Amino acid sequence: MTDTSPGSATAAGSAAAWTPSLRELERRAVRRRLRRRSLLVASGLVVLVLLALGVAITSSPGWPNVKELFFSWEHAKAVFPDVLDGFWLNVRLFLICEVVILVLGLLVALARVARSPWLAPVRVLAVVYTDLLRGIPTLLLVLMLGFGMPALGLQGVPISGTFWAGVALVLSYSAYVAEVFRAGIDSVHPSQVASAQALGLSRPQALRFVVVPQAVRRVVPPLLNDFVSLQKDTALVSAVAVFDAVFAARDYAAYNFNYTPYVVVAAFFVVLTVPLARFTDWLQRRWLARERAGQL
Amino acid sequence: MSALLEVRGLRKTYGDRLVLDSVDLDVRAHDVVCLIGSSGSGKSTLLRCLDLLEDVDDGTITLGGVEISDPLVDPREVRKRVGMVFQAYNLFPHLSVLDNCTLAPRRVHGDSRAAAEERALGLLDQFGLAEHARKHPDRLSGGQQQRVALVRALCTGPDLLLLDEITAALDPELVGEVLTIVRDLAAAGTTMVLATHEMAFARDVATKVCFLHQGRILEQGPPDQLFTAPREDRTRQFLARVLPTAG
Repeated sequence: MTDTSPGSATAAGSAAAWTPSLRELERRAVRRRLRRRSLLVASGLVVLVLLALGVAITSSPGWPNVKELFFSWEHAKAVFPDVLDGFWLNVRLFLICEVVILVLGLLVALARVARSPWLAPVRVLAVVYTDLLRGIPTLLLVLMLGFGMPALGLQGVPISGTFWAGVALVLSYSAYVAEVFRAGIDSVHPSQVASAQALGLSRPQALRFVVVPQAVRRVVPPLLNDFVSLQKDTALVSAVAVFDAVFAARDYAAYNFNYTPYVVVAAFFVVLTVPLARFTDWLQRRWLARERAGQL
Repeated sequence: MSALLEVRGLRKTYGDRLVLDSVDLDVRAHDVVCLIGSSGSGKSTLLRCLDLLEDVDDGTITLGGVEISDPLVDPREVRKRVGMVFQAYNLFPHLSVLDNCTLAPRRVHGDSRAAAEERALGLLDQFGLAEHARKHPDRLSGGQQQRVALVRALCTGPDLLLLDEITAALDPELVGEVLTIVRDLAAAGTTMVLATHEMAFARDVATKVCFLHQGRILEQGPPDQLFTAPREDRTRQFLARVLPTAG
């Protein structure tokens, strides 16, 4: 057997001296070409599909009518300020509800995974709560609370429809979010709890410092899903005569016999949700890069 | 006889960190090549490069006369011929032992279910795992799981087997049962490249031992020579640390 020990003469510090071989340069050129080709195919296909869709829609017989009814520039301009005002309410509602939902959802999830006998009643309550509230259509909840609670005429209970519509959203979505959190908590391997307890942490501490932080990262995508859904469902408050973006649009549409406002509102919602989705993607990639660096 | 696997001037970096530096390695059919060296010396990375799990930064890898480090080569075609076993078993927990073993033969090699299962059951039986075929991997001990992982890699009938510290995660008393299998495979003429910390095993089974230090193969040779009369100081120091009796 002929064995060589290549280049052992310069064992260290050869990083600076290295220049890519011809083969490597060639290989990089090929990789570049392959990347360029797939980029070209991807963008070409996207343009082609969009073009085909555009042609298919605009060449349909009813297109001129639809264009006038849904995509009228004048109506869009006219309704824009009202929708913007209304949309501000949707955004505020969303931001406030989101925070409350995160907290309430996590509390309900924790109640459901609690082991302490003292918390048994809370656990039962949490189960009943999620079962019941996930089962009721959100719109019905908004209607019942939005019209029902002020009608009770109780002293000290707010009579604002907006408030109760918000409460309805919080109650409904917290039930969903609680289940998402619980799935995340269950997905953390039991050995993590064991090693936390081996360090002397109590079970609540293990949950607080070890399990929940890992669970939260895993459930960010489904949570985002629920929040995008919540952003859209803030539109349901228009059902209890709260003057949000959808109510403004409906108002305008009813007076002018034109549905462009709905498209304008839809655009508002899309503009709000897309950046959130991109931000979450970015966050996730950063976590992954940090925690899985160099692992299998 | 020309080599089955030829590595020339292999270089791999992660950012600024140089992990493999001008690595040359020849593996002929029926060779058992043991990679030794301290953690971080590049053993695992070398194996991952050989299986095209990493893009190399320079140098060439040739398998059976074809340069597989070429970007135009489909890595899946290479992996049909190369089996790999990982330190942490990496069995699929949602599949039974048998399904773990028949996944690639059925989905990649297009074998019929019956043929794939017959072959897998034969191998499982050979390695004393027949009774566990219908169980899920998490029910098995670490040693059993690693044996299943070996069987899974063997089920596709690879020309070359890459073993990445397959006993490093096992209890000492379970190491033996896995190494016995590798020993049997070596005796049967299976071509293998394995990263290992088991020096006694390497000395026993290897046809060639490579000592890696800071991403370079500092010294390679038949085990008798490398373990008893190493040329390099670094090799001597390493061996003195891992086998105090050999010093």
